Amino acid sequence: MRSGLRAFARTHEARLLAVTVLLFVFLSFATRNFFSIQNGLDLLTSYAFPGMLAAGLVVVIVAGGLDISFTAVASIAQFLAVSAIGRYDLGWAGLCGIAIGSGLLLGLLNAILVTWLRIASIIVTIAMLNVYYGLLMFLSHGNSINTLPGWYIDGLSWVIGADAHGNPYILNMQILGLGLSFLLTWLLLNRTTTGRQLRALGGNPEAAKRVGFSTLRLNMVAYGYMGFTAGLASIVEAQVAGSVVPNMLVGRELDVLAAVVLGGASLLGGIGSVSGTFIGLALLAMVHNGLILLGVSSFWIDCVTGFVFLTAVATIAWERRRQRAAIRRTIVAAA
Amino acid sequence: MSAVRGASRPGGLAPVIRRIGVVNSRLTALLLLLVLVFGVVLGNALFNGASIRSMAYQLPELGILSLAMMVPLLSGGLDLSIISTANLVALTVAFLFHALVPHQPGVLWIVMQLVAILAGLALACVIGLVNGLIIARLEVSPILTTLGAMTLVKGISIGLTHGNVVTGFPATMVFIGNGAIAGVPLVMLIFIAVAAVMSVILNHTSFGHLVTMVGSNEEATRYSGVHTKRTLVKVYIASSLLAGIGGLIMMARFNSANAAYGESYLLITILAAVLGGISPSGGFGKVTGLVIALVILQLISTAFNLMNFSQFLTLTIWGGTLIAVAGLGRIRERLRFLQRFN
Repeated sequence: MRSGLRAFARTHEARLLAVTVLLFVFLSFATRNFFSIQNGLDLLTSYAFPGMLAAGLVVVIVAGGLDISFTAVASIAQFLAVSAIGRYDLGWAGLCGIAIGSGLLLGLLNAILVTWLRIASIIVTIAMLNVYYGLLMFLSHGNSINTLPGWYIDGLSWVIGADAHGNPYILNMQILGLGLSFLLTWLLLNRTTTGRQLRALGGNPEAAKRVGFSTLRLNMVAYGYMGFTAGLASIVEAQVAGSVVPNMLVGRELDVLAAVVLGGASLLGGIGSVSGTFIGLALLAMVHNGLILLGVSSFWIDCVTGFVFLTAVATIAWERRRQRAAIRRTIVAAA
Repeated sequence: MSAVRGASRPGGLAPVIRRIGVVNSRLTALLLLLVLVFGVVLGNALFNGASIRSMAYQLPELGILSLAMMVPLLSGGLDLSIISTANLVALTVAFLFHALVPHQPGVLWIVMQLVAILAGLALACVIGLVNGLIIARLEVSPILTTLGAMTLVKGISIGLTHGNVVTGFPATMVFIGNGAIAGVPLVMLIFIAVAAVMSVILNHTSFGHLVTMVGSNEEATRYSGVHTKRTLVKVYIASSLLAGIGGLIMMARFNSANAAYGESYLLITILAAVLGGISPSGGFGKVTGLVIALVILQLISTAFNLMNFSQFLTLTIWGGTLIAVAGLGRIRERLRFLQRFN
């Protein structure tokens, strides 16, 4: 047990967690409103959409790929699904089915193109982002859908308690969706054979191929899962926004990537964890929220976020380099 | 050897293709095809003086920014901070215009404008230097470094301007943005000059060769005695400097500066560069290929505009073109592979 703890203390996640906890404690003392259940719930609600996408993206990155097109996929998924429930009486099943189904299909198309074209996945998915987004804007004429059915606006929520003034704590669809996607990602990466194969593919694609893993199948799992998550996230996003605006989501893909990478996932593939992704997301959310609560002008938030991100990736790179040097020293000593 | 074989088979396209390269001949063929198709469909509506001039006014913004993306791509990296750098440079120059340049034209009026522009480009070099040092010395991946730099630099622009648009420049900027010499737009002349300089630097200087060598195989290049880190730093300085020039062009074209101009260009520059035959994994690519790709993209955009299609459909076709070109390449590869074993 103790050696397990010591091993954990050396991981990237542990250091990230330490920084996050320090920031948490600091913000709890420095601001009046940070340390409250209500603020926590609000944060989870407003970061549910990027968070769910991050949970999907980490799978693609662990498998050695990169997907940039997911914001367009989510836009298409929510546009199709909400258009459909506006016309026919499909209920939750229809809404979820259409959104998740279309997300999944577009994800699978990405997987086929990435595998077959054999050019960098970032390039393929940038091209597909433009294809998807252009088609959506063309076919929708950029018009948003502002009237959602009542049952959808009401959403699903549970009251789980109340504060001293009787204001209820609400567990809403956003928080549930966030929890669900992180749970699914954890199960996929850590509890299935396919998850191990995805990690193997990302760590060493050539070796994975020689062992006999099908690259196409694994890519279809990774990008398909990303599309699935994008579809799920789009339902949750449209519900909290109360409308579907076709050009609302595109342009946020790099923010999601930032959260995943901050969580320690390596763009070289093979490395990345669910817990790290969640802490990375939490850190970015807390920096953002903390700056507002500290009274920093919202105009400077991008600047601070960029600085935090650069510092973090530089630290990660420095850690990795030291680890590599240590391994090299061990090898030399053994020889 | 290959030249001899080419000469022994007179006629055909083979010698021409060998001369200008496979990628460029494919792109030229695509361009000719588009010219033919659009020529039949649109005729004089597309190929008249006014349309061609409007294309010549629009192409340079994306063109110079794509050159800024090309250099790091050649070295096997990427620069996501070019647009935010362009905007910060434009804002800095705009600020210095207001602070330094007197209202009456005169010697000081000219000198101070030059000072402002040079200061802006110097700032671009500093951003590139920081990017380069983090990438080369700390060995952070280029995507992440420049992603962080993008947010940071844009954050500085937003923090300083509160997201407002800055306007009111000396008459020189209006002339650069809208003027023409002998019928050719000035921005086009600037683009041609910058592209020519970059072509010479990348093909005929030792720095250019080092960039492609680092892009092909950084490790091997380092073992052959090249200071690869220094090359990488220079790559990102060049990228930022080109982005700064792109920022000046945008500023002159829009006659204003803002923290968020041209953000949709970012991913399009990668698209243009890759379509132009620049390998996304580094090492291969030519400025001429990029220029042909830019003309193709611009032609599609202008033609669609004339046909009253949505500008967003243009995005779809741009993305589709890249996928199609890559797909054709793959099919040819498969065919050649099959031929060899049959």
